[in-house]
Parts: sequence; C-alpha cells; structure tokens
Amino acid sequence: MTMSETSRSHPDYNYKVVRQFAVMTVIWGIVGMAVGVLIASQLIWPEMNFNTPWLTYSRLRPLHTNAVIFAFGGCALFATSYYVVQRTSQVRLFSDKLAAFTFWGWQAVILSAAITLPLGITSSKEYAELEWPIDILITLVWVAYLINFFGTMIIRKVSHIYVANWFFGAFILTVAVLHIANSMAIPVSFFKSYSLYAGAVDAMVQWWYGHNAVGFFLTAGFLGMMYYFVPKQAGRPVYSYRLSVIHFWALISLYIWAGPHHLHYTALPDWTQSLGMVMSVILFVPSWGGMINGIMTLSGAWHKLRTDPVLRFLIVSLSFYGMSTFEGPMMAIKTVNALSHYTDWTVGHVHSGALGWVAMVSIGSIYHLIPILFGQARMYSTKLVNVHFWLATIGVVLYIVAMWISGVMQGLMWRAVNTDGTLTYSFVESLQASYPFYFVRFIGGVFVVTGMLIMAYNCYRTIRAPKGSLAAEVQPA
Amino acid sequence: MSSFWSIWISVITLGSILGCFLLLRWCLKNMTGVEEGDDMHHEFDGIVEINNPLPRWWTIMFYATIVWGLIYLAFYPGLGNWQGLLGWKSSIQDMRSLEEGKVAREQAKEDGMLLQYDREVQQANDRFGPIFEAYAQRSIEDLATDPEALKVGQRLFLQNCSQCHGSDARGQRGFPNLTDNDWLYGGSPEAIKHSLLYGRQGAMPGWKDSLGEQGVKEVVAYALSLSGRQVDSSLASAGEAKWAMCAACHGQDGTGNYAMGAPNLTDTTWLYGGTEQAVMETVLNGRNGVMPAWKDILGENKIHLVTAYVYSLSKQN
Repeated sequence: MTMSETSRSHPDYNYKVVRQFAVMTVIWGIVGMAVGVLIASQLIWPEMNFNTPWLTYSRLRPLHTNAVIFAFGGCALFATSYYVVQRTSQVRLFSDKLAAFTFWGWQAVILSAAITLPLGITSSKEYAELEWPIDILITLVWVAYLINFFGTMIIRKVSHIYVANWFFGAFILTVAVLHIANSMAIPVSFFKSYSLYAGAVDAMVQWWYGHNAVGFFLTAGFLGMMYYFVPKQAGRPVYSYRLSVIHFWALISLYIWAGPHHLHYTALPDWTQSLGMVMSVILFVPSWGGMINGIMTLSGAWHKLRTDPVLRFLIVSLSFYGMSTFEGPMMAIKTVNALSHYTDWTVGHVHSGALGWVAMVSIGSIYHLIPILFGQARMYSTKLVNVHFWLATIGVVLYIVAMWISGVMQGLMWRAVNTDGTLTYSFVESLQASYPFYFVRFIGGVFVVTGMLIMAYNCYRTIRAPKGSLAAEVQPA
Repeated sequence: MSSFWSIWISVITLGSILGCFLLLRWCLKNMTGVEEGDDMHHEFDGIVEINNPLPRWWTIMFYATIVWGLIYLAFYPGLGNWQGLLGWKSSIQDMRSLEEGKVAREQAKEDGMLLQYDREVQQANDRFGPIFEAYAQRSIEDLATDPEALKVGQRLFLQNCSQCHGSDARGQRGFPNLTDNDWLYGGSPEAIKHSLLYGRQGAMPGWKDSLGEQGVKEVVAYALSLSGRQVDSSLASAGEAKWAMCAACHGQDGTGNYAMGAPNLTDTTWLYGGTEQAVMETVLNGRNGVMPAWKDILGENKIHLVTAYVYSLSKQN
C-alpha cells in the first residue's frame, strides 16, 4: 500500500480492505433492494416475471434475502469490523493477505449466489439456500475472517477489549458454528445435496440457524457497529459500561435458544416450543439494553440531530431496533403467534428490523466512513444525505405499516368462522384483500431504493473529489 | 426422552436463566472500582464509557420476565420430561399411525391430560355437529335445490377442494372440471359421494415399451378420430387394428368406463390436454391421477353437503 492510499490520521491501518467492503456495501445494497422491489411488484402484477423461469418470484426471493443479508449486510459488517477492530485496538490488521482473501472470497460467494439461485439451484433451506460447494467457500472465508479478527484483537496495543469488539467477536464465532452445523449435507452431485438431518430435527436445526442468523448476523454484528459509530458520530461517551456488560452476555446466551418460536404449533415437541418462547420473551430486556445504551449516549448532544443527518440515521435505526425487539418477543408468544404466523405481519416485522435497524445503522456508518477512508472531511453533499434519510424513513414506515395492516387482516380473515363453523373466507379472498397493501409496500420499497441510488451518487462524488477538497462544515455550537 | 437428556435440558435452561439473574445482580452493584457517573478510565479511539447504573425500570422488567419465564416453565412442558402443572399438550405429537394416535389420545384422556387440539376439535364438533347432522338426514337431490345448504357446501368446497379443482370448480390440467357433466367415475349422487369419501386412483399405463413410438402414434391417431378429428387415415386404421388393448378400459367404441375411471375419448374433454402432442405423451408414458380420500378429514356429514354442492354444479348446465 502506498502512502497516498493510507489515512491521514494513522498510516499503519489497513484501510484498503475497509474501502473495498464499504464501496461494495452500497453496490450490493442497491442490487439486493432493487430485487426486493421487483418481487414486491410481482405480487401485484404477476406478469413482472416476464414468463421467464429465472425471473420468477420463487427464485428471486432467495436472491433478494441473500443479497440484502449476506451481500449488503455482510459487506457492511466486514468493512466496519475491520475498521473498528484496528482503531480500537490501535494496531494494523493481523494479516493483509487474509483480509484480501476475505474480500475476494466473499465477493465470489455473492457472485455464485447471484448465478445459482436464479437457475433454481438451491438446498431449499431458508437463508441457507446456497449449495454445498458455495457453503465450503463460505466456511473458508469465514474461518479466515475469524482468524484475522481475533488475531488483531490478540495483538492489540490497548489493555481492554472495547465493547464493539465483544459483539463483532460473538457474531463471527457464532455464525461460523451456525453455518457449519446447519449446512451439513450429503452431496449427490455438484449442484445438489440433501440435508444430513431429517424431519422435525431438520426443521429445528434450520430455525436454530435461521433465528441466530437474525440474532448474531443481523443483531450482534450490527450492535458492534452501533457501539463504535454512535458515540463517535455523536462525540459523546457510551452511556453505561455496566449496562453493556449485562446486555451483552444476556443477549448472546438467550438468543441461541429462540429458534423454536419459528415452529410454534408444528410437529416440533411441545417442550422445545415452550423453551423457545420463554427465552424469546426474556430476550426482550437485554435487547432493549442495547437500544438504551445507544440512545442515552446522545445525552447532552440531542441538538446535533437537528444538523447531522448521519447521526439521525444512527438514532432512528436504534428506534427501529427497539420496536422490532419488542415486536419479536411478542410474536414469539404462542397465542400471538397463532394470529401472526404465516401472515404478512412476519414480513413486516423482518423489514422493520432489516430496513429500519440493519440498513439504517449500516448506511449511517458508511456515511461516517466514506469521507475518512477517501481523505475528505465530509460527504460531497450533506443535503443529499438528509434527502436519503427522509426517503429511507418514509419508505420503511410505508412498508411496515402496510404489512402490519395486511398481516393482522389476513390472520383475522383466516380464523373467521360462520355460524355453521365453516371458514368465512377462502384463501384467495384474503389475498385479494391484501392487494392495496402490496401496492403500498411496493411504493415503500421504491422510496428505499431511490435513497440508495442517491447514496451511491453522493459516495461517487465524494470518492472522486480531489483529496482534501471537501472541508468540514461549521456546526453551530 | 431419556432421563439424562431430561436433566441436561433442565440444567442448561435453568442455568442460563440463573446466570442472567446473577449477572444482573452483579451489574447492579458497583464492582468496577470507579465511582458512579465517572468514566471507566479506558479510552478507545477517543471513545470513553461512563459507569452509569442500570435504569431502574429496565431492571424491573428483567426481573419480571425471569419470574414469568419460571412460572411458565412450571405450568407448561419445557424442562425435559416435566409435563407441567396444567397437564397441557398441544396434541399427540409422536404418533406414527392413526391407530397409534387414537390409543395415545385415549390414554392421555385417562391420565387427565389436556390436549389442546383435541379439545378444540371436540368443542367445534359439539357446536357445529348438529347442523351437519341435520343436513345429512336429507337426500343429496333435495339439498342440491336448497340455497342455504349449497352456500355451506360451497364454503367447504372453497376451503378443501378449490386448491386443485379451482374456486369455480372448473378444474385445471390433470384435475377434472366438475361443472361440465362429464364424469370419470359417474355423476350420480352416490358415485360423487363415493369419490369424495374414499378417493380415486386413476391409472393410465404407459405404452412406450409394448407398442413402441410408431404403435403409439397409430393408436393416438385412431383415438383422435373417435372425436371427429382430422387424422392420417392410414395411421388411424393401423391404430384400429391395435385398439383391443385400449378397448379393455376405454370400451370398443371409446366411450370410457365409469368402473375403471377410464375417460370417454369420443368427446372434446381432455384431462391432460387434447393436442396430438399431449395425447401422445399420455399414451407413451401413462398418467396417474389421485383424488385423496376425505372421509377421515371432513367426516361423512360434511362430505354429504359437498356432494350436494358438486352435484348441483353439474345440474346447472
């Protein structure tokens, strides 16, 4: 790496890999969310699949989820964890070669997913659809990531380990275990394998994986991000060290139990369902611990929200995090689940977490990072960051409100009975009633993608601007 | 499960909850060696952390959820083999056959267990059973002219039958149209009810191996000629010579046979498509149609009403 590529503030850090992942975060974000909007449109206008097998909903839906979770979310996590672990350990990454391998390896995984999923090559396990050769590549990349991250923590030049790194570490370690255990399969050909598990056990392993993909990939990892970028952007100390201790340990020890709530009232043994439900409900409290610690970090700096749209992204993401982590435990209660399960409510809940929390905290962090990584004092246009903030917020609200209404409506329609005990509505009638809300959801998605395109433009102008030409704006005191 | 696994599950469950509780107690006390409200004396890239106490309302919520969790685990199954104080079960979950399920249900009732699914089914039967009982006393022909009865029948049809036969009962490829008065197994009320109660297995064998591609081509030509289609006459007459094999089920004149579920080939209804290519495919590789049996799912009384509804559809035209 030449001197001109390195940061002004600290020449020893490996920023190259952070830059690569940060840029790909924006690109994969646009791709993944655009595919989401396309399939949302297919639910209103089925002809949007253009009668082409690889553009059908069934094949593009896993592409959408994989792209937003693992491509967009994954790149954001790689970028921020590599950045944060270096800055808070005051040492360069353990290995530049491993870092480069994780970048190119991860991009290869994403590319393989983008090719195989539309071709219909899938293991059919939700959020783990990729076939076994790709699973092996994921394992190699992830172990390299694990060695590099923990290696950097081990050679750190500060005595303590910062809380952000606890969360990043827990996320990396647990995802390795989850991915390997759930992907165990017997290959029958290069493109087809069958799960090692059978029946209810397979379902349980799948949702143990599935819910912890939410708990560790989409929560612990992004809490790590939050713990660095919120205090940094706000310029305030973290609210409570003791709160971070209790909520970290409680969160990681309870999340791992929560999977069975995806299988309420199924063939899964009753005792497993009960444990999943109890742990999910207790989990609500440590989840809110993270939200409180983030939001209270703003004490004494609330006025900054008026002028700093980046901080606004971060704080609104925490509000959505609080909402989703209240909603989740509630939906895990069997009686609520009996209404919400299999309806659009679930879809709304996921997006309140994925768009409101995960995407917003990532976007805020990337807006913080881009100028630093490319030698500028600020983004090319703060105004455009603000426009993006409002597009994202309105888009998310339209999306989740539409799905709440249609979800609860579907649940009520499905259980309505006539005086003779027959169901009042057929399934098709509940689908017809959902169309207006599908349209509102589609509009919400268009808002979100438009925001991402503006972000890409803003990042492009920031990166292309002559070094140091974007001077910091004077902030009112 | 074995007592080892039962103990294992109970220990790690209660251990996890207890662990959270003890850590909460520990974090409530100030064991950091730093005064409350002061910073922790370590700094990471400019970030410091304050030693603030845990919010009180949040702590109370933590206690409340732990207490609630333990109460729930006392009342419901969760801790390994512990059945819970309520004796609640969602259903008999580990049966491998209907017979086994029946025995287990009886046993559970004797043990005073509370089977949620069975109880709900029982309640529904007690409440709605008499309505269907009353309908079952009337003849299908009579019900087929009663708009109220047909409404109930239609609702049952929409929930249970429309997935294959369509909301309008006009069927789709491989699933018969029920409105056209063309029947595979007969359109009398008794025949329809029999189809619903016990299901049907339609089996058209594949003739590729015994007749060869050319032979199949010939019988297809002849079969198509039966409904007045333009075909190659030399192919058709070669097919007619081989017709005996088809006549066994479809009849010498090709009008089909209700007893075998063999379709009438002289009309324009084609279950798997009437193009020459589709019929070739049918004869070459055969077809297997399955109508499931609904007796154990809907019960005889409800099937009586669905029969009336289906029967009425074919009478409209």
